[in-house]
Amino acid sequence: MIRKNFNIFPTSLYPSVVSERKEIRLILTFLALGIVFFVLILPLLTVFAGAFNEGFVRYIQSLFTPENLSAIRLTLTVAAISIPLNVIFGISAAWAIAKFEFFGKRFLISLIDLPFSVSPVVSGLVFVLLFGSQGLLGSFLNAHDIKIIFAVPGIVITTVFVTFPFVARELIPLMQAQGNEEEEASLTLGASGWQTFFLVTLPNIRWGMLYGVILLNARAMGEFGAVSVVSGHIQGLTTTMPLQVEILYNEYNFIGAFSVASLLGLLALATLVLKALVEWKTHSK
Amino acid sequence: MAERLKAHAWKACVPSPVPWVRIPLSPRRIFSYFMKIFWKQKSVIPGFGLSLGFTLFYLSLIVLIPLAMLFVKSTTLTGPEFLEAATSPRLMAAYKLSFGASLGAASINFFCGLLVAWVLVRYDFWGKRIVDILVDLPFALPTAVAGIALTTLYAPDGLMGRLFDPLGIKTAFSPLGIVLALTFISFPFVVRTVQPVLQDLDIDMEEAAACMGAGRIKTFFYIILPALFPALTTGFALAFARALGEYGSVVFIAGNMPMRTEIVPLLIITKLEQYDTAGATAIGVVMLVCSFLLLFLINGLQGWGEKRNHDPEKL
Repeated sequence: MIRKNFNIFPTSLYPSVVSERKEIRLILTFLALGIVFFVLILPLLTVFAGAFNEGFVRYIQSLFTPENLSAIRLTLTVAAISIPLNVIFGISAAWAIAKFEFFGKRFLISLIDLPFSVSPVVSGLVFVLLFGSQGLLGSFLNAHDIKIIFAVPGIVITTVFVTFPFVARELIPLMQAQGNEEEEASLTLGASGWQTFFLVTLPNIRWGMLYGVILLNARAMGEFGAVSVVSGHIQGLTTTMPLQVEILYNEYNFIGAFSVASLLGLLALATLVLKALVEWKTHSK
Repeated sequence: MAERLKAHAWKACVPSPVPWVRIPLSPRRIFSYFMKIFWKQKSVIPGFGLSLGFTLFYLSLIVLIPLAMLFVKSTTLTGPEFLEAATSPRLMAAYKLSFGASLGAASINFFCGLLVAWVLVRYDFWGKRIVDILVDLPFALPTAVAGIALTTLYAPDGLMGRLFDPLGIKTAFSPLGIVLALTFISFPFVVRTVQPVLQDLDIDMEEAAACMGAGRIKTFFYIILPALFPALTTGFALAFARALGEYGSVVFIAGNMPMRTEIVPLLIITKLEQYDTAGATAIGVVMLVCSFLLLFLINGLQGWGEKRNHDPEKL
């Protein structure tokens, strides 16, 4: 149901007896739009304004420096590793939780959601405590000359931790709502377990999975606090794009900082649009 | 449970050559019947062991063991040492600031979020869909980007800072700037928790109230607000929890002056940079316990909201 409305006055979607007067509607709508403008839109515009402050040529020049390119490459690598890992986990967790009954299920669901309620800095800290030089595995890793903290593996594992629940928390309610009938039909007709999964379950959950992946990707590419603790900020080696933004900003290279930030801003906009498309797709079905 | 256990125990006996003598319970059978009681499977669907096994393995490896490390590490500190590390004056100022600013941001979002959700659900206007999509921007925009954008906006020579500067109000590099950044990053929570509840709200009661002569304001405070209250408090708590742990957007706008504009997560990083792992651990434990408490509170609030929505008698 898409209602075309070109009236400047906001119309009420409810019967007039339970709606406000026209003036009140106008005031409330303008207040809300004002809030959205000042809180959300203005900072977003600032990012692009900051990037294009000294013209397009300067923007391109400050964007494609070797350090920025290696930061972009690292960010893509980190996302490319953490997405498949957490998708496989999400499917497996949703399969166990939605298809079977067992003791402690609710507790397991809240454990899966745990990384969302932990502060990003604490998430980084726990991996420093585990792999850092004073950490539990520190002496072992030192002896075998394996670097995790202040190196790429640390960034990857921290990102995996931070983005851990995204796919699982989309798929669990979805698969619970879909029930077991289709899988049971497929199995009684003689399909094997894996056949059932790939031919029956996966097509059913693909939109939900995509939704989770979109959110996961945005967080994996944009995570700052947790990654900042374990990265060591070695330019060209262990800086992801958000860390590169911080380094450039602290060097007072504002054009550079905002040009990298503009890429992340575009990523955010793309995320929002894709998310809306998937929502629209699943609602229209 | 006791009867089922008894029945299973009888069946669990090892088959014996002489039917009237029962050889009780081999360990393997005890285990398999225990599994049947607690993890009751009536399904033909395969893969329970594989999927649950992998889930538990991966969960322990990525989440549980690392988080447990924090508590393991904190046991290397004695009680007084821990207290000293977790309650130094600089840290107390940071606790006060973090809690105060998060509370401020969550309160701002309580009202703004309610207003935005109300307008999005009740009215139709040009560009409504775009506004609805944009509400999630703080979830999609990396916090560091939000941080530098807000700092540029609210710095004394920035677009917004210029408006406040002549009034003598310092926005960036002051506690007010921290509240602004936290308001930005926790903006979607109240909107997104209130929106579906407002959408599902039955207008019968509002119509009844109108028929009985109540004005809109009275109807709002007596009919609508009580129904929205669980969702509003859940959104408030979620926003507060998110704001409390936030780091990326705040470090830029705060200015990070000791005792004045340092937030708690920043102090963890400061301690780590000074190679004071024990001190960082102590603060980390305090923060983790706080987030666990908030998690319990939020779960309770959500349960309350669900009970209320499904059970109109209890309104």
